[in-house]
Amino acid sequence: MEILICMKQTFDTEEKIFIQNGEIDDDGVERIINPYCEYAVEEGIRIKEAHGGTVRLITIGGAEAEAAIRTAMAMGVDEGYRLDLTDFPADSDEQTTSECIVQLIKQKQIPYDVILCGYMSIDNGTAQVGPRIAELLGIPHISTITSLTVDGRQVQVERDVEGDLEKVESSLPILLTAQQGLNEPRYPRLPDIMKAKRKPLHRMKWDELRVDVQMIQARTKKVAILPVEEKETGQILS
Amino acid sequence: MGTANNVLIFADIRNGTLRQVTFEAISVAHQMANGGEVHLAILESLDPNQIESLKQLKLDRMWHVDHPLLKTFNLDAYVETWVHLIDLLNPDVILTGHTALGRDVSPRVAARKRIGLLSDCIKLDTSSTYEFVFTRPIYAGKAYVQRTITKPPFFVTLRPNNFVAHFDTSLDQSIEIKTFHPNLSQISLRTVVTDVVRKVTSGVDLSEANVIVAGGRGVKSKEGFAPLEELAVVLGGAVGASRGACDAGYADYALQIGQTGKVVTPDLYIACGISGAIQHLAGMSMSKTIVAINIDPEAPIFEVADYGIVGDLFEVVPLLTKEWQRINR
Ligand SMILES: Cc1cc2nc3c(=O)[nH]c(=O)nc-3n(C[C@H](O)[C@H](O)[C@H](O)COP(=O)(O)OP(=O)(O)OC[C@H]3O[C@@H](n4cnc5c(N)ncnc54)[C@H](O)[C@@H]3O)c2cc1C
Ligand SMILES: Cc1cc2nc3c(=O)[nH]c(=O)nc-3n(C[C@H](O)[C@H](O)[C@H](O)COP(=O)(O)OP(=O)(O)OC[C@H]3O[C@@H](n4cnc5c(N)ncnc54)[C@H](O)[C@@H]3O)c2cc1C
Repeated sequence: MEILICMKQTFDTEEKIFIQNGEIDDDGVERIINPYCEYAVEEGIRIKEAHGGTVRLITIGGAEAEAAIRTAMAMGVDEGYRLDLTDFPADSDEQTTSECIVQLIKQKQIPYDVILCGYMSIDNGTAQVGPRIAELLGIPHISTITSLTVDGRQVQVERDVEGDLEKVESSLPILLTAQQGLNEPRYPRLPDIMKAKRKPLHRMKWDELRVDVQMIQARTKKVAILPVEEKETGQILS
Repeated sequence: MGTANNVLIFADIRNGTLRQVTFEAISVAHQMANGGEVHLAILESLDPNQIESLKQLKLDRMWHVDHPLLKTFNLDAYVETWVHLIDLLNPDVILTGHTALGRDVSPRVAARKRIGLLSDCIKLDTSSTYEFVFTRPIYAGKAYVQRTITKPPFFVTLRPNNFVAHFDTSLDQSIEIKTFHPNLSQISLRTVVTDVVRKVTSGVDLSEANVIVAGGRGVKSKEGFAPLEELAVVLGGAVGASRGACDAGYADYALQIGQTGKVVTPDLYIACGISGAIQHLAGMSMSKTIVAINIDPEAPIFEVADYGIVGDLFEVVPLLTKEWQRINR
C-alpha cells in the first residue's frame, strides 16, 4: 500500500496572536503538527501496520517545518518531502498550495493508493486543500472521516456530516480528510525519535517545479489582517 | 463599490427544507448584485410547498435541477452539475454556505475551473476601493483576515448565522422557475453513501442554532446532560459539548464545539460546567451573547462571558428552565 500524507505545521493551539506591521507575528511561537493532520499521520501509519507499504509525506513550509516532519517520522512516516515556497514570485492562495502539491507528486512520481489530509488547518482554516488536490489528480475524496476500513482495493468509511454519521464506500486510489475521532495519535518513543533523524527528507524549492506561475498564482488577495475586538468585561450575577 | 452582473447561489437543503444559510446568501447576493441578476439553484427535491413560497423571494430566476442521481447527495454528481450550471449561466460570483455540502463541492469546482474561493466568510464590505472585501476568521477566531478577489468569476462560502437573512415576501412578482436537466450520463459515481445515521436529536442544527446550551466535564455524566436538554428545548436551541465532556463519554463527538469541533455563532451561548480552555473558546467566542455557569469564580470562561453565574449548574440550569417556561406562558 502506497500511503501519502499532506501535512501542515501550525502554531500551537495555546499561542496568542499578535499582529505586527499588518502581518501575524510568528517570532518565537511554538509550532505543532496541525491537529487534523496529526490524525492523518496516525491513520497512514496504521494502514501501513495493517497492510504493509510505505508512508510518505509532503509539507509546504519553511525550514522550521522540519521539526514537524521529524515528529511525524518518529511516529512512523518513512520518507518526507518539504517544498519551500518562500521565494514564490507571485501572490499565493489555496489554489497555489494545491497545484504545487500536485505538481510535486507528478514530477517526483510519488506513488499513492491513499492520500490523507487533515480536514482543515487551524490557522488559515479554509478546508480547501484536500478536495482541490483530489480534483486536480482526478481521484475521488471523502471528507471528515471518523473511521476507515481498507479491504483489498475497497474502502469503507464513516464520516461526520455536521453531527450525523454517514457511511460511504469507494475504492482506491482515494483522498481522505481526517476529522477528530478517527484515532488517537501516538506519542513517539525516544528510540524512534533518534531513528527519525536519519530518515530521507527531500527538500525542494518552487523553481524546481515546472509550474506556470500565471496559472497557479492566487485568484484572491489579502487586504488586511485585523485583531479581534476586545470584549467588554461581563457582569457576574449572583 | 462593486457590482456583480450575475450571482448564482447553490441552495443547501437539510431534511427537505432550505437551510437558513441559503436565505442569508440571497441577501449577500443582492448586496453584491446591486441591480444585477440573482439566480438560485436547487439540486434536491424540495417540498412542493416550499417551492411555492420561494416564488415570493426576490430572485431573478430559480433553477430546479432535476435528475435521479441528485435525489441524495453524491459528490461526483453534484460537482458535475454545479460545473454545468456555472458554464451555462456564466456568473461573476457563486455563493453557497460553508456547510458540509459547500465545503465538499466548492473546492473541487474551484480547482476544476481554476477560480478563487473565499471560504467561511462572516462579513462583506462593499464600501472599499476594492470591489468586494470579505472578512473571515483565522487562527480559530483569534484574528481576522480581509480578502478580495482579483478576477471574476469567484466563489464564496458563507459561515451560517453571520449575515442577515432576506425574506421579502411583500413582492407581488412571481419568479420564474426553470427546470434544468444536467447530462450526467458520462460520469461514474466513485463514492456511494450507503447509510446515514442521524445523531442530532433536537432537530436543531448546531451550526445554525440561535441558542446553544453547552455542557462540559462539570456535567459529570451522560445523564447530567438531561437538564441541559430541557433548557435547550424550552429555548428552541440545540445542545453542544466541550471536548472534556466528549472525551469523558458524556456526549457524542458530533456535539463538540471548539477548535477541533464545530464553530458556532449563536445569538445566545450558555456554557455549563465548561472551564473555557482556549481550544473551546475558538469554537464559540464569537457568539453574540455568552452566559457562563461555573462553580469556580476563577474559571477562564468568565473572561469571555457577558453574564457569569457562579454556582452549581445542577441548581442554576433547572431554575433557568423554569423561569423561561414562566415567561413563555
Ligand atoms: C507561496 C506560498 C508560500 C507558503 N509559505 C508557507 C509557509 O511558510 N509555511 C506554511 O506552513 N505554509 C505555507 N504555505 C501554505 C499556505 O500557508 C497554506 O497552508 C495554504 O494556502 C493552505 O490553506 P489552509 O491553511 O486554509 O489549508 P486547509 O485547506 O484548511 O488545509 C486542509 C489540509 O490540507 C493540507 N495542507 C494545507 N496546507 C498544507 C501545506 N502547507 N503543506 C502540506 N499540506 C497542506 C493538510 O492536510 C491540511 O490539513 C505557502 C503557500 C504558498 C503558495
Ligand atoms: C489540539 C487540541 C484541540 C482541542 N480541541 C478542543 C475543542 O475543539 N473543544 C474543546 O472544548 N476542547 C478542546 N480541547 C481541550 C481543551 O484544552 C480542554 O481540555 C477542554 O475544553 C476542557 O473541557 P471542560 O471545560 O469541559 O473541562 P474542565 O476543564 O475539566 O472544566 C470543567 C469545569 O466545570 C466546572 N464545574 C464542575 N462542577 C460544576 C458544577 N456542578 N456546576 C458548575 N460548574 C462545575 C469546573 O469548575 C470546571 O471549570 C483541545 C485540546 C487540544 C490540545
